[in-house]
Amino acid sequence: MSLVNFTAREITCKIVYYGPGRSGKTTNLQYVFGRVPETRRGRMVSLATHGDRTLFFDFLPIELGSISGFTTRFQLYTVPGQSYYNATRKLVLQGADGVVFVADSQARRFDDNIESLQNLQENLLEQGVDVRQMPIVFQYNKQDLPRDLVLAREDLDDALNFRGVESFPADALHGSGVFETLKGISELVLRKLAVGGPAA
Amino acid sequence: MTGLNPQFRFDTLVVGAANRLAATAARTVAEAPGTVYNPLFIYARPGLGKTHLLMAMGHAAAGIDPRLAVEYLTADAFLESFAAAVAGGQGEAHRRRFADVGLLLLDDVQFLSQRREAQAELIRLVDALQAAGRQIVLTSDRPPGEIEGLDERLIRRFAGGLVIDILAPDYETRVAILRRRAEERGTAFAPGVLEAAASAGSESVRELIGALHRLIAFQAASDAPLDAMQAALLLGSSEAAGVAEDGPPLADEPPGDEEQLPEPAIDAPPRDEFADFLSEVSATVSQQVESWRARVAEAVLRWEGEGYRTARLERLLAEEIVADPHTSLDAFAQDIERLRAIGAELAETAPALSGSAELFDPDNVAAAEALLERARQGANPPPAPSPHWRLESFLEGASNRIAVRAAHSVATDGAGRYNPFVIVGASGVGKTHLLHGLGNALAARGGVVACLGAHEFVDELIDAIDRDATASWRARYRGVDAFLLDDVHVVAGKDRTQDELFLLFNLLLESGRQMAFTSAVPLADMQGIEPRLLTRLEGGLVVELPAPDRALRQVAIERLLAARLDGVDPELAGYIAARPADSMRSALGLVQRVLNAAEVQQVHPTAALAREVLEGAIVRAPRRAAARVSGVLAPTAGGIRSREKMVWEWPDVAARLIEEWR
Repeated sequence: MSLVNFTAREITCKIVYYGPGRSGKTTNLQYVFGRVPETRRGRMVSLATHGDRTLFFDFLPIELGSISGFTTRFQLYTVPGQSYYNATRKLVLQGADGVVFVADSQARRFDDNIESLQNLQENLLEQGVDVRQMPIVFQYNKQDLPRDLVLAREDLDDALNFRGVESFPADALHGSGVFETLKGISELVLRKLAVGGPAA
Repeated sequence: MTGLNPQFRFDTLVVGAANRLAATAARTVAEAPGTVYNPLFIYARPGLGKTHLLMAMGHAAAGIDPRLAVEYLTADAFLESFAAAVAGGQGEAHRRRFADVGLLLLDDVQFLSQRREAQAELIRLVDALQAAGRQIVLTSDRPPGEIEGLDERLIRRFAGGLVIDILAPDYETRVAILRRRAEERGTAFAPGVLEAAASAGSESVRELIGALHRLIAFQAASDAPLDAMQAALLLGSSEAAGVAEDGPPLADEPPGDEEQLPEPAIDAPPRDEFADFLSEVSATVSQQVESWRARVAEAVLRWEGEGYRTARLERLLAEEIVADPHTSLDAFAQDIERLRAIGAELAETAPALSGSAELFDPDNVAAAEALLERARQGANPPPAPSPHWRLESFLEGASNRIAVRAAHSVATDGAGRYNPFVIVGASGVGKTHLLHGLGNALAARGGVVACLGAHEFVDELIDAIDRDATASWRARYRGVDAFLLDDVHVVAGKDRTQDELFLLFNLLLESGRQMAFTSAVPLADMQGIEPRLLTRLEGGLVVELPAPDRALRQVAIERLLAARLDGVDPELAGYIAARPADSMRSALGLVQRVLNAAEVQQVHPTAALAREVLEGAIVRAPRRAAARVSGVLAPTAGGIRSREKMVWEWPDVAARLIEEWR
């Protein structure tokens, strides 16, 4: 996927929400979907089980219209969090321009976060993508839960965010931090325009 | 002082609460340019008097110091002149234009929005003026920080001076403005009319003046003076009409008619997260897209500074969206690299051409290439074959038939047949003649033919090394269509020449260009020649050019005699041809001796004279004669009567002596 297509004058950003199962990736997309005017959004594709677990992936296209002469669109994807869907995760990750790692802030999910992050790195490496070059932000979701159940942002940064990228505490269910996260990753992705030229 | 409206002066400016601060700052600056608020940035909505204030400063400053150079221009004009300067390659001249300006008044800088290259120029200008203690005053319809796409460096520079705004005039000021303008127009209105106009809702001074003009026109066309009610109705402000006479009821009230306001107040909408997101993304995208323009603009300034034409990049700038600028900039840089390489070569081959305009136009590299090619050909063409030696005039006989026919074949068929063509033969047998004849035949087919002796080749290379001009020397030969080298055996022991010859050989062979060589030494006997070169010479057609047989000598002698005498004496020619000669040169030397003797004796050359000269009586040649003699004279009365018994010529004496030594 090309981030910038000068010929067609298009900017297309594929952003993948990654993270352990039940961390709130789909909730992020649902919140965004609810805030995007109907004229700007495509149909949100969500393949879920009866238990609302993402079976395949969620896909939300957003049309931002013409910006500086470029038709700009964002495509938001989530991956299925459960470990046995790794093939699907790899598929969704292909051609991603940026990644939002949605971590579950609950202390009991600490290991799941670590495992998922390692899985992300493995899958990126497998696709020949230098993890250090991939725009990524962290979202620490479920910060609305009682303090004694969740880890603080600093603790999660220590554990996950060793590259020191931007991180956002969030309550995706109620929308807190959702757009901040999206803005954060969007800016990183779009700034690659100037640094590296058109992405391959 | 340029571009100032004489009407816009401080004394025609109505100062009210809304513009008092700006007017005070402007007066201060006008009285002492460059000393207090520099730069001074004034912003206000359209029609509130920015331009008036700006020009008033110009008039006031020039009034105080008539020597002060005051320049007023709009941002539009600045953009236009900058673009024209860039397009015309006069960027530096554009900068110099402002070098002597003491007070620069730049109006409506919001038009510089998104014009990164012009902004960069403005930054330079601001810096230069400030450094020189000159004043710059700018106006805009919004604060610097709200001008979309305005360079942060500019914003910081403006903030470093004084940024001040002009508010909408209050009711009293509006009335005062209307009164003053009515007086200036010589029109008197009934009480309450101007007050009604001031209450009509126009906050912009320009609209206010427009309203006044309508009133003046209406009153002029009416029989009776306008009253307040009519004025209010005329200006579409019925509510104002009812109260106009009672005073200023609507003073400072925000106008209700949004259409009349250029920028209606925007109520803060309920928080719209998507709109926020969209706004941020738009800003980022704009910034990134504009960064391409900045890069292109930087490239324009850089290359223009080095004297190159940048029309191609300027066209990119002019386009709304540039195609992938990386590609365009890279291609442009590559073209310049090529131009530089051509320039470097020209500096060596034809220094007079090294400043040619073709070398500075990346859009027409082909022209520079053509210039270089012409320089290679014309400035210093490789040595051509001697026109005196023609292939047709080379005598063919039984002894040299193979070699001569092979040469004709090469001349006819070109490089497709025998390449390289190598002629081996002793000194004086006609190798050089045959080689040059071949060269002339090849040249007649078109193209550049280099034909020279190996001595000359070696000397040229040494000279090129000495001048550090081997590249052009090489190019000179690598561009030829045929390369003919006489006496190739001379390069023996000259390693560098052999290297160059080897490279040239391969290049010409690969590109199917004819080569021919002569050698006085059989290839198998050559010493001091690198095997890689030797095997390549052997890889072509090697023919031997033997000593001429008697028939051939006779033809040659007859031809020489025919050229020198009126007719040919067959007996004379036959006699000389029968004399032993190991080369055509020595046979023709015999003819020369006979002719010299005849000239000395002032007789016609005959076979008898020849016999006398070559066998018997000595015919003393004058000293100037070039006849070769051993220096030992046969005694006139002695044992040796016949000169035939004497050895007059000792070819290769040294070699023979060495042979004896062995």
